[in-house]
Amino acid sequence: MSERSPIDNATIRDGKSRVNLDERFKWLCIGVATFSVLILVGLLTSILVQGLPNLSWTLLTGVPEPDAKEAGIRPAIFGTLWVCSICALVTLPIGIATAILLEEYRPKNAVGRFLYSVIQLNITNLAGVPSVVYGILGLTAFVNMFGFFQADRDGGHPEIGVTYYDQFFSEGERAILVRVDNANSPPTQLTPDTAAMDVDFRPVTVVLLKPTDALPAEEDREYAILDDAEPGRINKKAWYYFSLPFGRGVLTGALTLMLVVLPVIIISAQESLRAVPASLRAGALGLGATPWQVVWNVTLPSAIPGIMTGSILAMSRAIGETAPILIIAGIVYISRTPQNLMDSFTVMPLQIYNWISKPQEEFRGIAAAGIILLLGILLSFNAVAVLIRQKLQKPLS
Amino acid sequence: MSSAGSLDSTGETRIRDLGERVGRLMKADPRSLSIIRAREIGIYGLLILCGLFSLLVTAAILFVLVSETINFFRFDDVTLSNFLGSTKWDPLLGNPKSFGIWALICGTMLVTVIAMIIALPLGLITAVYLSEYAPKRVRSTLKPVLEILAGVPTVVYGFFALMTITPILQWMHKGFDIYNATSAGIAVGILCFPTVCSLAEDALQAVPRALREAAYGLGGTRFDVSVKVVVPAALSGIISAFLLAIARAVGETMIVALAAGSLPQATIDPRDQVQTMTGFMVQMAGGDVSNYETEYYSMYAVAFTLFIITLTLTMIGNLVRRQFREAYE
Amino acid sequence: MKPSANSTDEFVMSENQMDDIHDRVVLPAPSVKASGPETQSPTAIRLRNLNAWYGDFQALWGVTLDIPANRVTSFIGPSGCGKSTLLRWFNRMNDTIPSAKATGDVRLGDTDLLARATDVVDLRRRIGIVFQRPNPFPKSIFDNVAFGPRLHMRMNKSQLHDIVEWSLRKAAVWEEVKDRLHAPALGLSGGQQQRLCIARAIAVGPEVLLMDEPCSALDPASTLAIEDLIFELRKQYTIVIVTHNMQQAARCSDQTAFFFEGKLIEAGPTTGVFTKPAKKQTEDYVSGKFG
Repeated sequence: MSERSPIDNATIRDGKSRVNLDERFKWLCIGVATFSVLILVGLLTSILVQGLPNLSWTLLTGVPEPDAKEAGIRPAIFGTLWVCSICALVTLPIGIATAILLEEYRPKNAVGRFLYSVIQLNITNLAGVPSVVYGILGLTAFVNMFGFFQADRDGGHPEIGVTYYDQFFSEGERAILVRVDNANSPPTQLTPDTAAMDVDFRPVTVVLLKPTDALPAEEDREYAILDDAEPGRINKKAWYYFSLPFGRGVLTGALTLMLVVLPVIIISAQESLRAVPASLRAGALGLGATPWQVVWNVTLPSAIPGIMTGSILAMSRAIGETAPILIIAGIVYISRTPQNLMDSFTVMPLQIYNWISKPQEEFRGIAAAGIILLLGILLSFNAVAVLIRQKLQKPLS
Repeated sequence: MSSAGSLDSTGETRIRDLGERVGRLMKADPRSLSIIRAREIGIYGLLILCGLFSLLVTAAILFVLVSETINFFRFDDVTLSNFLGSTKWDPLLGNPKSFGIWALICGTMLVTVIAMIIALPLGLITAVYLSEYAPKRVRSTLKPVLEILAGVPTVVYGFFALMTITPILQWMHKGFDIYNATSAGIAVGILCFPTVCSLAEDALQAVPRALREAAYGLGGTRFDVSVKVVVPAALSGIISAFLLAIARAVGETMIVALAAGSLPQATIDPRDQVQTMTGFMVQMAGGDVSNYETEYYSMYAVAFTLFIITLTLTMIGNLVRRQFREAYE
Repeated sequence: MKPSANSTDEFVMSENQMDDIHDRVVLPAPSVKASGPETQSPTAIRLRNLNAWYGDFQALWGVTLDIPANRVTSFIGPSGCGKSTLLRWFNRMNDTIPSAKATGDVRLGDTDLLARATDVVDLRRRIGIVFQRPNPFPKSIFDNVAFGPRLHMRMNKSQLHDIVEWSLRKAAVWEEVKDRLHAPALGLSGGQQQRLCIARAIAVGPEVLLMDEPCSALDPASTLAIEDLIFELRKQYTIVIVTHNMQQAARCSDQTAFFFEGKLIEAGPTTGVFTKPAKKQTEDYVSGKFG
């Protein structure tokens, strides 16, 4: 009854070979997946093996030293802390605001929609720019500020929160300070009326000596200075010291990192906002809420867990960024924690890079220890993010 | 309290009072409405400024790179033909100095090619495994592993390349220098592999279930379904994943700075030392270079070239990805 | 085989002719199929005491049924009654759902369909399936139909071409696509895509064709075209069709099985099930009291 079909002319082949191929491919996949796990294990093992022996209290509390046994990473830890907190402070508002603009305030006219698509495309492209390029931008825009505010002859660059002193050394080896107006003032000529201070800024009376005078007795030499003595210029910066251009300081580092991290935060905040169901917004709008009221009272609270998770993950990426900081800060020897926003600094990954680049073998060991610390910090960040995601995730509809 | 339906006098008074108070509240106060409206407009303005900020960043990047590159070409030592035509990059010590960008591009390409040889096949196969084969337990172990691999800072990979991969390579074959392109390439490949895997897996997951059912219904094995139906259907998504991974490899800095070397040479021998564009930028920034000479500006020219390459790759990758999404949604 | 142009008030379906389109579309109540003597036909699929679960939820309870060869059998019943589940056990599509399991005896000829040892790949060559929403691959029309043959058969290029043309002709879509065989299949209309999926399924030469609500996503004109096609195809294949639409079951099928809450309530010749149902539940369902 069945009609002849061309199918009858073809030979059916055994499906076994295909099933075998499927099995072999499955094992290939498992092999590849295992290989990737093994790589991670290998990576961590090599770091732990080289780093654990060098993990010590000295490392945590000390400062970088030429001797590897004495070297510490404390300035870098504080540098990371400073830079990343300021970065977060600046980036989160701008990033979340941009995400709110793109998700909640969609325009209806053609011009607006074009502008939005340009902004959106721009952000996705910015996310792909290598971080070195942001370093270069930071170098020009923040360190040098396009060449404005260059120190000129008489003015110096604008700054607040700093006082300059001329420092003399008395015959008794004491330091004597005299206040000057600004960085470019001519050196102080000592006169009997000069208001002098000791290092604790207590006023002292200075005894001027002429070069031809005899040296006074030991006990009187403390505040005796030659009247043609040449001072050195020092400065004391308050915690709120601020200057333009920003120079190679903490603020520059934070702003440069902001450029790196901003696209990532915007994209992840957008996804969190998108996850809020439209029915919630519709409900609020139906009650007569203005767009901002909807965002502030309904959308944002629901999206906060997702935004927090995304921000924490973005900041953990910022903690590990080396290249932009390297470009703006250069290779510097930092032995103090930052004291003010303009202070020079280093961050943990940069310190690690410095140590790895040193020719001596011993520094590799403490570099590995530093890596363990860094990975530890990153792991805790990620753990916090995952915890937030689990604890605060409530059903939205 | 009075029961529902019957009110005593206190209940009635209470309702009346409440009614008056609520009635007054409910009447819209025209002044507060205009305050609200002004606040809305102000907030909207602020948001727009933030949105424009991102455009400002791109404009600033372009402005800085283009203007300083133009300054670079103003120097007598530097000519466009030398820049684009020469394969010798010798900005500091050369006599005469040569600024052939191809030396650095070659270095970048060599490292990138090696990285992609590792990352692309492994990433795709792992993505197929995760999407089509892996049982739930394996997925929930493997995905965190991949996330961790993706989150490791690049200095750590550089360290790994220098301390572990290079010795292994040297043990395998004597021809490897301490600094070589392969070691850096392998580490960059490991870095990019989770990115390829997760983007490719997203693409594979976006393929509707109905297509898989049709292929199973026709008697396909899982391999047939994955390789002959799902992967071709997800192809543009997979291509966009590849492009974005290549862009990432091209822009990678710390691994190559630590492991690939600082000798710019146009070579295809993976055992040689090379210098990538990013490596050169790091060398300039970290070194003792007197400001505002040719070397300083050459950093900007290299940055500009790097930016153009990664921007092209990223833009094409994103456009392809958006097109792919629209096809399946 | 075109339907004849006589219009009658009563819906009469004989073995070779179907009625006027107008009557079929406007029919208010399930119609009756006047049957000649039922020619006995051998059993294609035999089910004995099939129970099926999704995890802990039992979807099918002790189903015992004979599917006759070269006839159209329809499964009807309200949503969630298990008819699609049953259909998908025939070609082991439920293997893709990890929590699905089944016990019982289901045989296609000598092959035990439920046994683990059964070659599922070959089984699905012998039992083809068409789904509710047309799901052509994002490939060309030719490649869609050729997919199955390329998997299962060894043939040369001209043989493959013959198979593709024959399948498209049998599926009554050849005339519409013969000039654009290499155009994307997704460019076809919904009805054309579904007929393409039917062509794709018959291109491997199955014995049985399963159809899971094949017309529910289509417009009425495409639905009628496919019903005509089903009527034609039963000469060569055993067809099992799951449908929500009782009029469709009445129009197309020779046998009908009514399911409710996982149990087979009644099965028999379509005319009987619709005009003189044995169970009260069947009668309530077919007269529209529920479902």
